[in-house]
Amino acid sequence: MKKVSVIFIYFLLSFHVLYSHATADVRGVEGVSVYEEVLPNGLKILALKDPSALLAVFQIWYNAGSVNEPIGKTGLSHLLEHMMFKGTHKYGPKTFSKIIKRAGGIDNAGTSRDYVFYYQKLAPDRLHLSIELEADRMHNLVMDPKETLSERDVAMEERRMRYEDDPQNLVFEEVVSTAFKNHPYRRPVIGWMSDLQKITRDDLWEFYRTYYSPNNALIIVAGDIDVDLLVDKIKKEFGAIPKGPHVESIAIIEPEQRGEKRVFVKKEAELPYILTAYKVPDIHHEDSFALEVLSSILSDGKSSRIYKSLIDEKKIALSAGAGYSSIQKYPFLFYLYGTALPGIRIDNIEKALYEEVANIKSNAPSEREVQKAKNQIGAGFIMGQDSVFFQAKILGIFEMIGDWKLKDAYLEGIKNVIPGDVQRVAQKYLIEDQRTVGILIPIKGQTSQ
Amino acid sequence: MKNSKFLKISLFTFIFPFLIFIFNSSSYALDVERTVLENGLTLLIVERHNLPIVKVSIGINAGSLVEPEDKAGLANLTAELLTAGTENRTASQINEEMDFVGASLGASGSDDYVTVSLSVLKKDLNLGFELLSDIIVNPVFPEDELNKERERIKGSLKAMEEDPGFVASKVFKDAVFGTHPYGRLVAGSTESLDRITRDDIVHFHAGYYVPNNAIMSVVGDVTPEEVKKLLKKYFDKWVTKELKDTVPQKPERIRQQKIISIDKEITQANIILGHMGISRSNPDYYTVSVMNYILGGGGFASRLMQNLREEKGLVYDVYSFFAADKFGGLFQAGLKTKNESANTAIEEILKEIKKIRDTPVSDTELSDAKSFLTGSFPMRIETSSRIAGFLVAVEYYGLGMDYIDKYPVYINSVTKKNVLRVARKYLDPEEFTLVVVADQKKALLRKKF
Repeated sequence: MKKVSVIFIYFLLSFHVLYSHATADVRGVEGVSVYEEVLPNGLKILALKDPSALLAVFQIWYNAGSVNEPIGKTGLSHLLEHMMFKGTHKYGPKTFSKIIKRAGGIDNAGTSRDYVFYYQKLAPDRLHLSIELEADRMHNLVMDPKETLSERDVAMEERRMRYEDDPQNLVFEEVVSTAFKNHPYRRPVIGWMSDLQKITRDDLWEFYRTYYSPNNALIIVAGDIDVDLLVDKIKKEFGAIPKGPHVESIAIIEPEQRGEKRVFVKKEAELPYILTAYKVPDIHHEDSFALEVLSSILSDGKSSRIYKSLIDEKKIALSAGAGYSSIQKYPFLFYLYGTALPGIRIDNIEKALYEEVANIKSNAPSEREVQKAKNQIGAGFIMGQDSVFFQAKILGIFEMIGDWKLKDAYLEGIKNVIPGDVQRVAQKYLIEDQRTVGILIPIKGQTSQ
Repeated sequence: MKNSKFLKISLFTFIFPFLIFIFNSSSYALDVERTVLENGLTLLIVERHNLPIVKVSIGINAGSLVEPEDKAGLANLTAELLTAGTENRTASQINEEMDFVGASLGASGSDDYVTVSLSVLKKDLNLGFELLSDIIVNPVFPEDELNKERERIKGSLKAMEEDPGFVASKVFKDAVFGTHPYGRLVAGSTESLDRITRDDIVHFHAGYYVPNNAIMSVVGDVTPEEVKKLLKKYFDKWVTKELKDTVPQKPERIRQQKIISIDKEITQANIILGHMGISRSNPDYYTVSVMNYILGGGGFASRLMQNLREEKGLVYDVYSFFAADKFGGLFQAGLKTKNESANTAIEEILKEIKKIRDTPVSDTELSDAKSFLTGSFPMRIETSSRIAGFLVAVEYYGLGMDYIDKYPVYINSVTKKNVLRVARKYLDPEEFTLVVVADQKKALLRKKF
């Protein structure tokens, strides 16, 4: 539906702010345990009891992100996410959010490349509403043709807002779609405007029927909840929904890149901006942990290398940093970025960013610096636990990319990183031939009042 | 926190899901220890032992309200520079010490008050308090750091011009409030920033950053005894001082329709319509909250969203709100829509404003609004950070430590008649300010609405 999509579509650069919170020797919330069960129709349930939580959360995740879209239909998975709020046979259009709000809750949804998820935050004794409503819309959607056209217009407005009128996001979109030439990660989650204009009700319906099934879904309930009661209720509402077709993983491999790619975006803007992206592995590869630490060393906090160099000492950038999230289903990107201060040329920013990478390549970071990164990741993880929504979301994301227990592997992996690893992954992955550089060239339009 | 009363009541919620709100509010009541210390500091403590973390929030009556007009940005700059060096530490040392333990420490300016916040693991609490006191009591505002920060703020003001939503909001506030502090950017302007000297900052700090002008909340894994010990140890140099008596003027309402159009090469018209609203102490605040929820504050439950998004597909988001500050406030409705739909969208907003002034809201709308506003209250105090911020606001605006209990009583006493009365009193479909940032060739804005 709405604002959470912001997180996925817009804040891709700050992904690690959201997700990479973890390290070992981290004490979680006391008394929290995860219950797991798979129903005969393939639906997986995770229940997380946190006695200290004031609110409870219901989340349902579908393995149905933009990577699953057919060719020429970019934006389909996200548009379907919108359509899920447009009514079922039992509950008319425009009622879903009203019911949740009436119960004092909030609801929303988000689409990413790898998955889509829907959630409600409610008092613990009201999660039955979520269970009833979500079970119903998993297989009883109406998708009225008129509502579909109107919602397509809404998605186009969303695209205008997030991309067409946001120069830095246009660069992001351009860099990702250039970096990959074959893997579906090249497609923007929001969709290209020309594709959005052509998506039909039938396209949406087919996608819905293929991917919105119990065997392609995960439910997470969390909070100070009665686990038995809720699991029974889930069985009652979802148990009879028949299994859908088996969903295969994407087998598309990105061909090797043989040299730097460079793209420019000319657009009315105030300041030049650069985004450099390197192809890197995801969590399924052990180098990912050192890449997480590398990203933190370069850009977490005001004592990080990029901040100190470009913002503090050289005074050339308004903002600058690095970004990486290993928590992806397939190998994705490691970013460096910077916005130039007025009067500063963008090549100075680019040079300064690469200097920081070169420094790490030639000298491994100190033990203390690596420890600092681990502490930052660890503290962020502990603080995140204060929100039951976040606790549930971590489980969901890990399960979507493979297994929720990967969370522990991730914590362990970060803990084991040594300075030499950080240097080695910088040498191995942050290389010229593997990068795609996007530069925003501001053209001054006529602003008049 | 929860208690057994809540659990008992929850049994009923399956039967009477909407009646519950009348009873259950106090189950969320926070156990707040409030003391006014000898030095005049108001101290608010809530113990929460679910996680080994502590959050501190200090509200200081030193926002842009009390700065001179020709030095706009002084309050914010002073706050931002607290971490730029003290008698004991350089800026880099502060950053390094906090980053190393994964803590965060910082300050940000606002209209009414400045907030200094600390987020730290329990084990690093001593260090956290030591630095917190150091930046509040002993900042030295080094000239070079001042110049650097000034250039950064000027740079971000320029960068923000890239965002049409920001431009619309800036122009709107200025048009509604004129020279009143609420009408300017907290960050100031390039010109006013250039007028600020180090002396101004030192004096501003000496005059306003005093304990008898501040509210401190401490929330988390800590006891009141520990907090008091920490204060004694680290804040003993923070002593009472006589305050300058600065009572800001009340903003004057403009009585005319004012349309401001700004031309930019963008795909969407960024529209804001509104006028002066109410202050936080206005007794109609709660009735206005209910009325605005129905008009445009309730997301998908609101009339604006139903009309402009759900029925017409004109927008991705549309909202209205009353921003109620200490000495006045703002009412605004806003949206983004493709340039060509600008006139239609404005007409629809005005239609909804007229409608809610002409006819009473329905019983369902009223009860839905009440059940959301009362039932969703726990979300405002879900995490330790949120509680810390909430407590400072409650104290600053004089809402009383029993606010959590009183809030549902205030909301539940709102009647349809009163909703109609406040809609007529505080909404004006004739004398408003309208700002439209758009590609004006395509928007073809009407001269009058």
